[in-house]
Amino acid sequence: MSAQTLSRAVPASATTRWRRRATGAVCFAALIELLSRTGVADPEFLPPATEIVGRAATLLLDADFRAHALTSALAWAIGLGLAALVAVPLGLLLGSVPIIDAATRSVVEFLRPIPSVALIPLVALVIGTGLQHRVALVVYASLWPILYNTMYGLRGVDPLAKESLRAYGFGPLAVLRRVSLPSAAPFIATGVRLAAGVALILTVSTEIVAGRGEGIGVFIYFAGIAVPARMADILAGVFWVGLFGVAVNALLVAAERRAFRWHHAQWGERE
Amino acid sequence: MLEIDNLSHVYGGGTPNEHHAIDGLNLSVAEGELLCIVGPSGCGKSTLLRSIAGLITPTGGQVKVEGNLVRQTPDNLAVVFQDYSRSLFPWMSVADNVALPLRRKNMDKSRRREAAQEALESVGLEAAGRKYPFQLSGGMQQRVAIARALAYRPTLMLMDEPFGSVDAQTREDLEDLVLKVRGHHQMTIVLITHDIDESVYVGDRVVVLSKAPAHVVGDLKVDLPGPRDQITTREHPDFVHLRAEVGRLVRGHATV
Repeated sequence: MSAQTLSRAVPASATTRWRRRATGAVCFAALIELLSRTGVADPEFLPPATEIVGRAATLLLDADFRAHALTSALAWAIGLGLAALVAVPLGLLLGSVPIIDAATRSVVEFLRPIPSVALIPLVALVIGTGLQHRVALVVYASLWPILYNTMYGLRGVDPLAKESLRAYGFGPLAVLRRVSLPSAAPFIATGVRLAAGVALILTVSTEIVAGRGEGIGVFIYFAGIAVPARMADILAGVFWVGLFGVAVNALLVAAERRAFRWHHAQWGERE
Repeated sequence: MLEIDNLSHVYGGGTPNEHHAIDGLNLSVAEGELLCIVGPSGCGKSTLLRSIAGLITPTGGQVKVEGNLVRQTPDNLAVVFQDYSRSLFPWMSVADNVALPLRRKNMDKSRRREAAQEALESVGLEAAGRKYPFQLSGGMQQRVAIARALAYRPTLMLMDEPFGSVDAQTREDLEDLVLKVRGHHQMTIVLITHDIDESVYVGDRVVVLSKAPAHVVGDLKVDLPGPRDQITTREHPDFVHLRAEVGRLVRGHATV
């Protein structure tokens, strides 16, 4: 009895999980293929999956496309990195000094709900549409999940853990560095992972709205305004963006699992 | 070694939730003594310990450690808390946990590592240094916490219900461990417990606190023959007599 209950609680092995995910992706592709080939969806607007993936593969050989993709990846990475560099210390400050938190709360609560996409034209007017445009918006949008997770993680630090170190005569800064920061690190990492997704959305949408320069969003934009629209190109671009997002997420999840084994051991392994 | 003079502490003074934890408590502990403090639960024992450790500033009276008024955490003081799973740092190996407080001691890395290993040996965990706290049993984790305190070579070690969260067998082992290490290290120990038998078994002296606001209602010298032994000491008539005496004091029915 108990053995059965136990075996059900054990999470699926890594290979099983990957097999399930791959099956899901293949089924989805098969569905698109079917809809397109049978004419249920107009092949003009929804090319068969094999054509999209085939186009995506040939695009890799295209130097122009590679340059577009690299520029986007660069903007994404710089933006996300800067956001982390700003948000983590800011979160530590706001999370550990209640007065500053209270004083800045109204400003933070005002800024946070503004959809960053709405700022794209404004920021373009102020600083132009180059790389700095994308980076600025990516930083702004990915700041929030990191900031909030850092503050949330700090709030969860066990007071007894801090007291244990204080009892050995360590001051507030040492306690912050040696207890609060490592203890909040798993939450900060989750914040960065959420921000990585947001950053990708902002990179591509900024490029599409700007509609000039270099970037995978620009590539998609031009494929869209062509007459007739190059649907396979648009979807191949989307395919690469999506794949990039999935890969980054998987990498970060794996890194978190490795680095925060103690955290998972403490709170129970969860998917 | 430790002088507590007319100590009082009030939580939330002036608010409707005002709570007098300690009121007019006087106590002095001699160097090298192992003092057990017992009292009913919620009587302000932990508040007393936090005042001695300089973790809170008492609202009245004063605490002196080695003649110095406690304003912040005194040097050469170590604390072992009840909740080992929260007081050990789960992201660090056992050895790193033990070595961490030594950063306050001007020791280089290899010296810190040596001292940590030595302390782990003295609690019987020489092989566990590379493990992580969550890979150890509760009793072993509390041994790590004790090793962390020992490595620091404190002159005063405070223990806040250190064996409250382990099973009975482990508890006895840990009691004997404390008796053993105090023989090797020259230090004063103040051990807070709510377990009457434990206070008599471990202590040279037992101080009984009243319920909150806490003050001292009894102060007994424990004079038991021979080295302490879990079986023979506990059946000795003096032990039985003392534990009854402490029990009466804790329950507020003192006969003396």
